[in-house]
Amino acid sequence: MNQSLPPALQIRDLRTHFFTEEGCIPAVDGVTVSLPRGKVLAIVGESGCGKSVTSYSILRLIRKPGEIVGGQILFQPKDGSPPIDIASLTEDDDLLFKVRGGYISMIFQEPMSALSPVHTVGNQICEAILFHQDVTEAEARRRAVEMLGKVGIPGAERRIDQYPHELSGGMRQRVVIAMALVCRPEILIADEPTTALDVTIQAQILKLIKDLQAELGTSVVFITHDLGVVAQIADEVAVMYLGKVVERGTVREVLKDPKHPYTASLLKSLPGMGRHGERLPAIKGSVPSLAAIPQGCPFHPRCPEYLAGTCDTGGPPAMRSLSGGREVACVRVQAEVLEKGGRP
Amino acid sequence: MSSGGGIPAHNSPGAADTPLLQVRGLCKHFPIMSKGFFRKQVGVVKAVDQVSFDLRRGETLGLVGESGSGKTTCARTILRALKPTGGEVIFNDGTTSVDLARVPDREFKPLRTKMQMIFQDPFSSLNPRMTVGQIVSEPLVIHGMSKGRDMEDRVVEILQKVGLKPEHRQRYPHAFSGGQRQRIGIARALIMRPSLVVADEAVSALDVSVQAQVINLLSDLQDEFKLTYIFVAHDLSVVRHICDRVAVMYAGKIVEIAPTAELFENPLHPYTRALLSAVPNIDPDVKMRFEVGGEVADAGRLPPGCSFHPRCPKRFDPCDKVEPQLRAIGDGGCRVSCHLYRE
Repeated sequence: MNQSLPPALQIRDLRTHFFTEEGCIPAVDGVTVSLPRGKVLAIVGESGCGKSVTSYSILRLIRKPGEIVGGQILFQPKDGSPPIDIASLTEDDDLLFKVRGGYISMIFQEPMSALSPVHTVGNQICEAILFHQDVTEAEARRRAVEMLGKVGIPGAERRIDQYPHELSGGMRQRVVIAMALVCRPEILIADEPTTALDVTIQAQILKLIKDLQAELGTSVVFITHDLGVVAQIADEVAVMYLGKVVERGTVREVLKDPKHPYTASLLKSLPGMGRHGERLPAIKGSVPSLAAIPQGCPFHPRCPEYLAGTCDTGGPPAMRSLSGGREVACVRVQAEVLEKGGRP
Repeated sequence: MSSGGGIPAHNSPGAADTPLLQVRGLCKHFPIMSKGFFRKQVGVVKAVDQVSFDLRRGETLGLVGESGSGKTTCARTILRALKPTGGEVIFNDGTTSVDLARVPDREFKPLRTKMQMIFQDPFSSLNPRMTVGQIVSEPLVIHGMSKGRDMEDRVVEILQKVGLKPEHRQRYPHAFSGGQRQRIGIARALIMRPSLVVADEAVSALDVSVQAQVINLLSDLQDEFKLTYIFVAHDLSVVRHICDRVAVMYAGKIVEIAPTAELFENPLHPYTRALLSAVPNIDPDVKMRFEVGGEVADAGRLPPGCSFHPRCPKRFDPCDKVEPQLRAIGDGGCRVSCHLYRE
């Protein structure tokens, strides 16, 4: 572990808004996270929290009516060249093409829609290689076969000439992973890569991502809604709610000692923690629409520890640092820390 | 017709301890046809094969397994959404005792009011062109059970029971969130006052915070209406929370069935163990120890012997030759089909 290395990716105050007929939808509103080199950062939250939009923003995959309206996405290449602010690149910048699929690549939730049905698996993997690296087609094919073997596809020599529909869901996701990693990216963004899979296949894919990450030294941004998956794969975790990060820290701290009431309530509402048949302590209400974000703390209408007059007025609570690099955006937690004499 | 699975089915109607449902040797086989003009049958997919179990009144039975294990097909075959190709399903709600597998189609309609289904996807299971009032009252209309003022009252009553408001009747499904839509689906199923409800992945598509609400709702309604649930799910933590017993399916067969606590604390079948070990633990210090590779067997080309043997870490001599039978282990109601547990 080398603490002196600068983070591979730093997102600072990212704002990605969608300008729709219903008005401005702040899908990502002031997200600040950093991805230490060689680590796995999980971004977790329920649907509509902005976790996927954050990941799409990193690769500038946001389409109209969406737009990155502010903030920086600083990517620090391994070779020590100056950091690239991906958010400020223009659409036709050569650097952006180098970043996409070269420095940073992505795997998606639904492997069937991420693969082209009319090209063989090999064609699709070789396309990525030929696009980013100066190699012959034969060499590209050799590398593709090697990579398919690495992701655990038996008979890679034969499988490479098959079409996606000839493969099972788990195999397709392995192909997508092979495609993403074949150019040895420095950062891998995985957007719910195991959500569409069975638990047994999910366990295999999680292990595969962890093994490859260790072997290739890739830094990973892992987007998921499943806290169990977070616990198993992540080093650091950022919990998002309605476009904002509400809590951030190492996976152990956040899951074992959640400070934000949202994180704590989410963990408590999980079934199967050995309380068979009892009522689950569910969070009341549902996630509000992004077009009507509540005043004050966005979580206050659902919060079990909500303080009238404090939580429901003014702007959203600011992120404050606790000891050990943890950050929480909750008025109550700040008050406690101040009482105990901690640094605000 | 012989009853499969080795448990006798008793047919006395009315007895309080008679199971609501006695499934014996239930099969759903789909033919595989050759291509071309003369479509000859060249094989068979045993989607559900020789499934036997009892469902007691008021209990919740979980049906778990990977995709392709036949859990949904099994549930649908029981409800006759699919016509079974073998076996019997004795339904006994205290007043009638019938074999659902053999009732002629035209006599089946009145029986449908007694068994309802809740679907997985709250987005595609509701007609977007119908108002919530129409969706929820449709079963009453179809069965001619109610109309006019009385029907309105029943719709309002059930909507309130599932946590929706009477004024929601005039709105369309698109105006509701995923959790609310699932409540609409539940209201539609329960307005018939069924005795059996099949929930097919009913909470899988919901966010964690909403999932907990719907799970609570389902158990409240079970107490209030004395419902019996078959809960089809792939999420084992949900199953552990709400089911009384769990049946684990693999390649169309039940490989283990046991009371929930028993199954989770002392899983017998190697497949059950594999399934449990694959659930990511919420504690980062408890690492996953998942060792089973491969994928679910293709139900059209099952391996000989035990279907799980190619993936099984404990396979030994008879596994690839002799097909194991489901047999009782101990007296706690556990049954398992595995050669490891022979007398």
